[in-house]
Amino acid sequence: MKRITIDPITRLEGHGKIEIFLKEDGEVENVYFQVPELRGFEKFIEGRPAEEIPHIVTKICGVCPGCHHMASGKAVDAAFGVVPTPTAVKIRDLFYMAHFVHSHIAHFYALGAPDFVVGPTAPKAERNILGVIGKVGVEIGTEVIKQRRIAQEIQALLGGHQTHVMLNIPGGVRKGLTEEQRADIEVKAKGFVEFAKFSLKVFEDVVLANKDYVDIILNGPYKLNLYSMGLVDENNKVNFYDGKVRVVDQDGNEHCKYGPREYRDFVAERVEPWSYLKFPYLKKVGWKGLVDGKDSGVYHATPLSRLNASDGMATPLAQIEYEKMYQILGGKPVQNTLAMHWARLIELLYSAEHCLELAQDTSITGQDLRTPITKIVGEGVGIVEAQRGTLTHHYWTDEKGMITKANIIVGTTNNNAAICMSIKKAAQGFIKKGVTVDDGILNLVEMAFRAYDPCFSCATHSLPGKMPMILNVRNDKGELLQQVKRNHTT
Amino acid sequence: MEEQKPKLKLAVYWAAACGGCCVSVLDVHEALFTVISAADLVFWPIALDFKYADVEAMPDGHIDVTLFNGAIRNSENEHMAKLLRKKTKVLVAYGSCSHMGGIPGLANFSTKEDILRRVFEETESSINPEKTRPQTEYTVPEGKLEIPEFFNDVRALDKVVSVDYYLPGCPPQTERLVEVFMAIVTGAQLPPPGSVVGAGNKSQCDECNRKKTENKVISKFFRPWEIFDDGETCFMEQGVICMGPATRSGCGHRCILGNAPCRGCYGPLEKVEDPGAKMMSAISSIIEAKESEEIEKVIADIADPAGTFYRFSLPASMMRRKLI
Amino acid sequence: MEFKPQIIAFLCNWCSYTGADLAGTSRMKYKSNVRAIRLMCSGRVEPTFVLRAFIKGADGVLICGCHPGDCHYNEGNYKCLRRYHLLKKYILQLGIESERLKLEWISASEGKQFAELVNSFTETITELGPCKIKETMEALK
Ligand code: SF4
Ligand code: SF4
Ligand code: SF4
Ligand code: FES
Repeated sequence: MKRITIDPITRLEGHGKIEIFLKEDGEVENVYFQVPELRGFEKFIEGRPAEEIPHIVTKICGVCPGCHHMASGKAVDAAFGVVPTPTAVKIRDLFYMAHFVHSHIAHFYALGAPDFVVGPTAPKAERNILGVIGKVGVEIGTEVIKQRRIAQEIQALLGGHQTHVMLNIPGGVRKGLTEEQRADIEVKAKGFVEFAKFSLKVFEDVVLANKDYVDIILNGPYKLNLYSMGLVDENNKVNFYDGKVRVVDQDGNEHCKYGPREYRDFVAERVEPWSYLKFPYLKKVGWKGLVDGKDSGVYHATPLSRLNASDGMATPLAQIEYEKMYQILGGKPVQNTLAMHWARLIELLYSAEHCLELAQDTSITGQDLRTPITKIVGEGVGIVEAQRGTLTHHYWTDEKGMITKANIIVGTTNNNAAICMSIKKAAQGFIKKGVTVDDGILNLVEMAFRAYDPCFSCATHSLPGKMPMILNVRNDKGELLQQVKRNHTT
Repeated sequence: MEEQKPKLKLAVYWAAACGGCCVSVLDVHEALFTVISAADLVFWPIALDFKYADVEAMPDGHIDVTLFNGAIRNSENEHMAKLLRKKTKVLVAYGSCSHMGGIPGLANFSTKEDILRRVFEETESSINPEKTRPQTEYTVPEGKLEIPEFFNDVRALDKVVSVDYYLPGCPPQTERLVEVFMAIVTGAQLPPPGSVVGAGNKSQCDECNRKKTENKVISKFFRPWEIFDDGETCFMEQGVICMGPATRSGCGHRCILGNAPCRGCYGPLEKVEDPGAKMMSAISSIIEAKESEEIEKVIADIADPAGTFYRFSLPASMMRRKLI
Repeated sequence: MEFKPQIIAFLCNWCSYTGADLAGTSRMKYKSNVRAIRLMCSGRVEPTFVLRAFIKGADGVLICGCHPGDCHYNEGNYKCLRRYHLLKKYILQLGIESERLKLEWISASEGKQFAELVNSFTETITELGPCKIKETMEALK
């Protein structure tokens, strides 16, 4: 059997590898997406004081540290039997919206957009952020970098350290906002809203106005039939910081809705001997292997699944865009992998609008930053939506609040099975008998996993004229049959 | 034609890392274009799709500078460290993980077996009655699949290959990186190999602007949530452990600006062999108690000395790990 | 093979070392597994000294200083006492039995006490068996 190895791929949290096995006739037999890495946070946070964990787990991922910080902070609050003060919740939420704005901007412009704005099979030297800037103009490119920077500055203001934030303390936050800071953030948040609106306009003009792109989104081999997961508020509107996890099935009907403490009744994880990353699935449906459909417990937890799992957006402009997307793509739920980019932009608008709402709420400068701790409960679960999926942290402590056990289901992990299947489906769709695997084909396959926002959003394809990649086609003896090289820079 | 000074060949690689170090490189924001005009990035998995094979194909010493971030956790990390050492003129241990083992280094409180058992068999959401574990080699119907071997210990980069410079921080402050980068680009004289660059020579306390008294004394320690921080007095004086006295300056006391005590990511000061030992000395000089019993009582309130004093540095400490 | 524990003793020059000397000159019997290191004051015992003793293969570490109030540098022994308690907690977290580290006050005239201390400490360590740090350090090579 021939095989194609892509190693390493730019991936979710460090390292990843794709193995594509081909039949003798050149059709795809099977695809494996392997995660070769494990660090074991679940184990080594044992014995640490619970209040330190929100600062330790940010180091699970330096691209979305804020998500781990929030889920962990909430789990520790619960384990310490404390409810954060209203002001603290607002400040956390504000921080979190800035985190989403920064991440979603980076992903769309640096990672997603090159495929659309420049074109999926455009010359590779142009298929990057600079190519995007070339199309939309330098002014806009600078604006992209600037908006992301501003979002990061808000995070640093609230959390001290700009990457690995120090915001949460059991029962609240370490630092409040002054009126001056609030007013400043309000101005910045208005900028975010404008920028998010503009980004949706770019999407509309460049992607939706192009028949070919719409065709790729709707009819390309990028469609899986999966359950959709997402956090919703009491009105079933999308929420990132708090609420219940809702899962809808392939017909858009609610499969389950659970609070943090009940997660184990609904989600289970499977271990495969060929990857260090586990495979979560819906427990009540069961694991049927890497297959989609209603009988398979595989789900996805992405911007698109969040929209699918909700009844709408909690902010007005985002709600309009939400309705528009479902109208154009033919109703809920949408299962087209590439529509994740669109959903991400709608979430960007929501984050910006919600950021503004919070910044306009003058009570956010309140001094009630922390609820004192009176008794340690000893167990707590915290769930938030990370940019890359529902994130669950579950801790047990002794009576002194020292961690005795921990369980973590990371955002990206939720999508492990779905990513494997998306890559396979795209590979099967494009790598065919008689087709020479060239750079364009390769990129079309890659677009399948890129839609999931494999974390290194800000980075992939971001440098000029340098996007080299080698694809080796080998036979079963490992001999090289064909090598595709992509643009090896000068 | 006039000969142009060849552009610097720069590589950035992550081993057992979180990605935060790579993000700190991207956080040069608008200055990214300056960096690109001064240097060719020849390998950077977060940003570029160069493959391992490309690095293997380079002549030895081809890369001028490699910023190596992340700890050595598995066989792939070790292989890449050795490979990049060979291909690189100046190898920089970039960030706490690579400098001292960092947060992943806390795994040295456990063993490989402890970790694999917990993660794959015991975690409450895993359903794994067959006790399946990832295998370095596994045969699926279509062929053989391989993943790296998970080691028993986390190691700092210099425990595996020789390192030319250390650039500390979790992640390093981007401003410090830019300073070092510009120094390299302009050909400024660098300190002798083996030095720490991009950090100060003072302790955090020297730069920290919280109010402190000359002769501190502590009669009781508190966990951060047990007190209401006043936002201006030295954490130690409020009884909250802060790694400031045993930590190198350079970060701009980021955590303290966020009203959180320092946890030591910039590592020990010059010539300090063991950061935690230094901290134990520092604390011993400020505890007030003199009677054995009393001292024991005060110290009992320090919840996790090993995990706090060696938060970022266990693999680079004298003991390096919990006994096996 | 019979286990012969290796013990490192850090002795303050002014009191304990003289005490140990006295034990020697008065021919009091005490076990010979102890290697004494003389320091000017117990306050001079840096935590790194103790850690280095362990990683170099000591099965037990003994620290002796002047009685409280008698330290020639006033507070050296108090500082030592605090370090000692911290170190005990630390080594325990790393899997070294905290009994392997011991601190006692021995004055210049307490030769007998010193001999007894060495004997009882040696006994404790013999009971505990070899410190596993040697294997750990070996495995890390
Ligand atoms: S040093 Fe910190 S930021 Fe860098 S990889 Fe390690 S954990 Fe991440
Ligand atoms: S101990 Fe911490 S808070 Fe106090 S001066 Fe030093 S760095 Fe600042
Ligand atoms: S304050 Fe301490 S822990 Fe925080 S960034 Fe600076 S050196 Fe690192
Ligand atoms: S002089 Fe003996 S302990 Fe200080």
